[in-house]
Amino acid sequence: MFGILTFSAFVHGPVETGGQLMVVLGTLAVILLLFYFKKWKWLWCEYLTSLDAKKIGVMYLALAVLMMLRGFIDAMMMRTQQAVAVGQGSGFLPPDHFAQIFTAHGVIMIFFVAMPFMFGLLNLIVPLQIGARDVAFPFLNSVSFWLTVTGALLVNLSLVAGSFASTGWLAYPPLSELAYSPGVGVDYYIWALQIAGVGTLLAGVNFIATIVKLRAPGMTLSLMPIFVWTALGSMLLVIFAFPLLTVSLALLSLDRVLGMHFFTTDLGGNAMLYVNLIWAWGHPEVYILVLPAFGIFSEIVPVFSQKKLFGYTSMVVATMLIVILSFLVWAHHFFTMGAGANVNAFFGIMTMVISIPTGVKIFNWLFTMFRGRIKFMSPMLWFMGFLVTFTIGGMTGVLLSIPGADFQFHNSLFLVAHFHNMIIGGVLFGYFAGVAYWFPKLFGFTLSERLGKCAFWCWLVGFCVAFIPLYILGFMGATRRLDYIDPASGWHTLFVVAFIGACIILLGIFFQLLQLAVGVLQRKQHKAPEDPWNARTLEWATTSPPAVYNFAHLPEVNGRDAFWEMKQLHNAHTTIYTDIEMPLNSSLGCSIAFFAFCIGFGMIWHIWWLAGLGLFSTIAASIVRAHIKETSYLFPATEVARIEAARVHHTQTHL
Amino acid sequence: MTDQEHTNDIKLFGMWVYLMSDCVLFAGLFAVYAVLGSASFGGPTARELFSLPYALVETLVLLTSSFTCGLAVVAARHGKKNRTLLALGATLILGTLFVLMEVSEFSQLVENGNSWHRSAFLSSFFTLVGTHGLHVTLGLIWLLTLIITLLYRGVTPWTYGKLQLFSLFWHFLDIVWVCIFTFVYLFGVL
Repeated sequence: MFGILTFSAFVHGPVETGGQLMVVLGTLAVILLLFYFKKWKWLWCEYLTSLDAKKIGVMYLALAVLMMLRGFIDAMMMRTQQAVAVGQGSGFLPPDHFAQIFTAHGVIMIFFVAMPFMFGLLNLIVPLQIGARDVAFPFLNSVSFWLTVTGALLVNLSLVAGSFASTGWLAYPPLSELAYSPGVGVDYYIWALQIAGVGTLLAGVNFIATIVKLRAPGMTLSLMPIFVWTALGSMLLVIFAFPLLTVSLALLSLDRVLGMHFFTTDLGGNAMLYVNLIWAWGHPEVYILVLPAFGIFSEIVPVFSQKKLFGYTSMVVATMLIVILSFLVWAHHFFTMGAGANVNAFFGIMTMVISIPTGVKIFNWLFTMFRGRIKFMSPMLWFMGFLVTFTIGGMTGVLLSIPGADFQFHNSLFLVAHFHNMIIGGVLFGYFAGVAYWFPKLFGFTLSERLGKCAFWCWLVGFCVAFIPLYILGFMGATRRLDYIDPASGWHTLFVVAFIGACIILLGIFFQLLQLAVGVLQRKQHKAPEDPWNARTLEWATTSPPAVYNFAHLPEVNGRDAFWEMKQLHNAHTTIYTDIEMPLNSSLGCSIAFFAFCIGFGMIWHIWWLAGLGLFSTIAASIVRAHIKETSYLFPATEVARIEAARVHHTQTHL
Repeated sequence: MTDQEHTNDIKLFGMWVYLMSDCVLFAGLFAVYAVLGSASFGGPTARELFSLPYALVETLVLLTSSFTCGLAVVAARHGKKNRTLLALGATLILGTLFVLMEVSEFSQLVENGNSWHRSAFLSSFFTLVGTHGLHVTLGLIWLLTLIITLLYRGVTPWTYGKLQLFSLFWHFLDIVWVCIFTFVYLFGVL
């Protein structure tokens, strides 16, 4: 009846029980609070079933924040273990649990923090910047989001029932094969990523269609804001790279469930095939994350330098070059495979080549700032923090791209420091900058600038203190994923320094949460104007927060900085409005995700009837959705007129 | 363009983008087959297992189903409901025949002890061809719902849009099969 799920799956060691209780009690607390405040109906109608890209975007951000806290707890546990497990002490984490934590940390931070963070910003900003009312396929958007949630749910469920993979974040075989990982950990990993990956793929299709088909009249490709360009590049990477993740995970799963021999050590299997396949997805994935961050900076730097962006065309060309080149560097993740000198030389050189378009972007931003009147607000601070950390990370990346040197650095903490430099200093700082920049537009109130700056400095200093020691440790020969430090190695002090750095980052997160809490509490006093930064692109041409239809009239675009030109022209707006067609809510999005959850959970625990039922229901729900004819409603013109009238009043009181 | 035509146009574009990603999925599986195709590990090889005439019949069945699917779109463009349904019915029958032929080929292999357990070569063969078969099966379910919709609602811009999406998917599977026939069966046996 319940496959291999027995009561013993719920019994854990003391530290794991802590995590288990946190998940269970946290979920219970949220459910009860929603009942207490009678908010279920509101939540269901306004968010869970909403097909409004802005609402879905906010939910993506909420997921990212929640998962960031989870992933950061993992990080703190690892840092603590490495700071105390030295000499006589063995720390508080047994080796298998430690391995689960570093696996979960990587998986969560990439798939359930960075990806939802990016899709949140895309949902919130792309339709506004191209002057559209929604994405091309609003229902698909809801499905994508809920499938991502399902993946996150499965990862966290592994804390409650069973255990997570202890294989490292890419689950290399043969370790991840049934023979060496007989538990359900790897299956949790496979199904969480498989389901979330399908969601990501569908979102990629959706945004490409949105950007290509729904741009406002007059906005040719060469007039698109850079953020939209980078979003397009990132989504192109999604649709070309994510199928490879699907293939690698599916084959691993077939090995484990049906006893196939793709990556096994016997009967002709080839483990390195998996490593090649998954990095053919994995390297583009890095650019999927960082391209939108580049786009965000390309929006922020001109606004806060009060100049137009330097080198628009070269920015676009650089973005598209990165899209192409990112598929030609994957083997640099395993130079030690033994592919031979020529193959390694090719991938080493391609890796160095890809740093050229990235360098072009850096110089474009610098030239945009040159002789600008720079406003040192928090979005700009995040940018400058990024500039320094990302450039350092880029240079250590070029060091790693030399195959001879890589043989020494491979699997060392030098590598760990390098990719955190790119992911934190590049991706995360970019998204934080984006949130700081767009927050007033999206939520209609401003955040405390002082707390924002405190958060920034804690993050920057904490980041340096936490990761520079890892570079040094890498040079000294420390490998990654150590759960015990030999005192004779002389590494202990540096691990303690890294721990202190993590604590400073913790302080930064505390300031961010405080900033958010204070902002929400004082939202009535700090109403945001429509255009707080004197910005240049279309999202600032509407109300803060934007009405459900985004724009009462679809804007006409004549230039790259469309809103900037509107402001120069002072065109009078007509007050004649028409009904606007908007998508109706649908509960089928979260239903389909629930059925996908049944498939995943059934497959993990070998509850075949549940998986079959889930599959059947998913197909049935899709067919039902395809045959609903009434999927939209008309937002009445009178209501538009009322909202727009209130808006004029609001603007005037501010001036 | 009417609103419905505009919606159809966007959906058609989205379908193209999705098919490109599906194409990468198959490219991945083909790459795996290219690597593991010779890893028969002492077991039977492609030359010993595959029958070219059988695969050729399968190919002809699927190609014909693609042709009838094209006829359905042409008939629907002229608003001819019965002809559309007739052509789609033929597509359904031919598609089902194709899946049955594949299932029988697979079960034959398994009965003779040449299942996916046998070697990495057979694992990758079953997965590549099976994934295509799974796509065709899902396509048949889709086709069935499409036929029922057309039966009740007739040829309208709305149903015509759905038919266009399906035909794109069906032709795509045809192209993938041509690649499978070439690289797996033809190159395997020759």
